[in-house]
Amino acid sequence: MDINLFVIDRWFHVLAGITWIGLLYYFNFVQAPAMNQAAADKEGPGGAGISKYVAPLALVWFRWAALATWVTGAILLHMKGWLLGAFALGFAGASGVQVVTIGVGAWLGTFMLFNVWVLIWPNQKKILGMVPATDEEKAKGKRIAFLASRSNTLMSIPMLLCMVGSVHGLAF
Amino acid sequence: MNPLDTIKGTIIAGFVLAVVLTYVIKALAGV
Repeated sequence: MDINLFVIDRWFHVLAGITWIGLLYYFNFVQAPAMNQAAADKEGPGGAGISKYVAPLALVWFRWAALATWVTGAILLHMKGWLLGAFALGFAGASGVQVVTIGVGAWLGTFMLFNVWVLIWPNQKKILGMVPATDEEKAKGKRIAFLASRSNTLMSIPMLLCMVGSVHGLAF
Repeated sequence: MNPLDTIKGTIIAGFVLAVVLTYVIKALAGV
């Protein structure tokens, strides 16, 4: 039996990517609006259980899936001989519309990975009480994490177009 | 108003960026 490492890596890239972006959409489309509703509902049970049990676990899968997606994607580009060309957007190394398309997607994914590990995760630790922080630091961190998370949701739309479009063609 | 403050604004901005980047990709690739 031949083992195709390229396909195996692509398989894990897609699995990790679905885990990452799925949780990103969960945070943006479900958890954040639900937590706002819970905070506004003075007679309801509140969102403490989500903050204590759900969000920390979701963040574990979220941030490690983000890293796994980026690493497996970089390995794919390397195996294909496109790593330099993709990140150089065709100005060095491999070139052509497929390389530039995956390159733009790779840059978007890189910005998103940065947001996860540098802006979202450190601020979520403050918000969830995993590290000490003043109320002012928590409020500021909440806004930064929110904007970084929403930016990632925004960037995920063209990023996924590039991931699909590099192989199957662009949509426009 | 920041489009990121609403889900609708975020999604619309995402599609607008996708269209813009498509033309940027085509220009860079010369197609």
